[in-house]
Amino acid sequence: MTATPPLKPVNTGRRPGISMEAAVQRRARLAEEMRVAKMVRRLVTPEGAAIQLKLGSASERAGAFMIDIAIQWAIVIATLLGLTFVVGALSPGSANIAFAFWLVFFFFVRNFYYIFFEIGQRAATPGKRILGLRVASRDGGRLTANSVLARNFIREIEIGLPFQFALMGGDQFGAWMALFGLLWSGVFLLFPIFNKDKMRVGDLIAGTWVIKAPKAKLMDDITSSAARPDVSSRFAFTPAQTEAYGIHELHVLEDLLRQSTPEIKAQVATRIRAKINWARTEGETDLVFLEAYYAALRRRLEQRMLLGERKTDKFDVR
Amino acid sequence: MTDLLKSYRFREERQGDWKRLDLILTKAENGGVKNLTDEQMLALPRLYRQAVSSLSVARSISLDQNVISYLESLCTRAYFFVYGARTTLGERMMQFLRRDWPAAVSQSVWTTLLAAFFFFGGWALAFFLCLQDMEWFWTFHGQNLFDGRNPDATVEYLRSTIYTDESTTGDGELTAFSSFLFNNNAQIALFAFALGFAFGIPTAWLLVYNGVMIGSLYAVFWEKGLGYEFTGWLMIHGVTELSAIVLAGAAGFVIGGAVAFPGGRTRLASARAAGQKAATMAMGCVIMLIIAALLEGFGRQLINSDTVRYAVAGNTLVLWLVYFYAPRKAPDA
Repeated sequence: MTATPPLKPVNTGRRPGISMEAAVQRRARLAEEMRVAKMVRRLVTPEGAAIQLKLGSASERAGAFMIDIAIQWAIVIATLLGLTFVVGALSPGSANIAFAFWLVFFFFVRNFYYIFFEIGQRAATPGKRILGLRVASRDGGRLTANSVLARNFIREIEIGLPFQFALMGGDQFGAWMALFGLLWSGVFLLFPIFNKDKMRVGDLIAGTWVIKAPKAKLMDDITSSAARPDVSSRFAFTPAQTEAYGIHELHVLEDLLRQSTPEIKAQVATRIRAKINWARTEGETDLVFLEAYYAALRRRLEQRMLLGERKTDKFDVR
Repeated sequence: MTDLLKSYRFREERQGDWKRLDLILTKAENGGVKNLTDEQMLALPRLYRQAVSSLSVARSISLDQNVISYLESLCTRAYFFVYGARTTLGERMMQFLRRDWPAAVSQSVWTTLLAAFFFFGGWALAFFLCLQDMEWFWTFHGQNLFDGRNPDATVEYLRSTIYTDESTTGDGELTAFSSFLFNNNAQIALFAFALGFAFGIPTAWLLVYNGVMIGSLYAVFWEKGLGYEFTGWLMIHGVTELSAIVLAGAAGFVIGGAVAFPGGRTRLASARAAGQKAATMAMGCVIMLIIAALLEGFGRQLINSDTVRYAVAGNTLVLWLVYFYAPRKAPDA
């Protein structure tokens, strides 16, 4: 969710003052950041501003597909039941026409369900929308109807083909053929896993990819409550105290203040007090202390950032 | 208050506009552009540019994760809306029918000829093999597929399958059958398109296979002296249906050719350009198959005169050829 800062070369060698355990944790964290950064693509808008697009992962897309398949089956079965009811109630003789109608309807649901939704303003099927995904053109231009057609017609070999081979059977020769076909068509099915842009064959042909488009909510700034005069006068942190942590810890603290339980906040407050040698004053609650420290830390780090120094974490001593 | 953080003041001054943009986008996403008032429409570009510049400033001065991720999401949504497609579905369909579809087909003459070669090659192969020795029919079809339309059938039976006898069949049955055929053919057409990705080889095989199926059946009727009548029965809708299958194969070859021989472009760029064209053709095939199903379901069953059947077939052929290949005025761009 966050904008990943450009990663600078990391010195993973041991440094004085860093325990072995902390170094291992830090390395794991940086590796995770690298992994996330690999899924980010920069899009430069015609205004010259860069927007970071995050690609949808293979598992999210599989999930969206499952939801869509479930919806398609629900539509098809509901229509079949509805038609059976209507035919049974009204005119038993028209069963053939009803069946003909249903068959054509089935074809359109099977092939045009995705096209119908992706051609719309949101460029996403209901399944994609639930998981916060959308289809976008790979060159940043507009998503054309032809691209939507292409990426969805190709689905036939990605899903239809392996499925048909899986159902095929017969004698020994036939079974071997089916196995071979399944392996061959499995290449198309598993295509998204093996390329860095997580494109399926349809995306490749259509020039599209699937990105995350979550709707974020703007929440209150945590420093707003710490800025009240009565609070800010009570917490006067020394420069040394605000140097104790870096940007990573600040972000962790932000997440904690926005969504953690009081017990965890109390534990963290205790640890921070110990680390910066802060004597608890009378009537000071954990929440107020954390908010005040967050504000002081952010002020300090933002000042340094303006001067071009990003203190990435508490081990970053410059 | 001087004690506020710079990044907080920055946000305080601008968040009103961000929230306005958010509101407009939510409205547009839920109900399309029609929902927006003129005032909102005019404000949108300014708010969008402001949000984008806020984002780049926020990245360099703010360490508030929530603000940055909010702006990222807001700008992404706004970008896709501002630079997104503006045409309505109706306009899009008209453009498809008037320009895109015939243009895509007429640009792919060579792949169309190649597809036709495979399809009619398979047809001719099966036809001549079967005429020489009817045993071939059983090799191609395995067991009996065409409800008794095989070399052992009598001339009278075969003739009865070509013409509709009012007394024996209810029309509901025929509708069901033709919609089943439409379903089947359309799925094959989309398959032929999609299989093009594997360098077009499976597409070629699919075309030959379908050609062989029809060619061998043709031989059965030919041998019994029903060639003229069978042609009328087949071609009244077959002109449209078989053209659709050939064009779907051509669409597959367009993709296969672009993936196998990208030329000066990268393989990705080449696949992409071809994909747009081929998808247009495949979409067109679905439309042709709907028309073919209508001709088959109604036209063929109602018209029992050979001459009229040939006339319909000839007319559809001319219509398709003119529609696809007649030179047209370049669009005023």
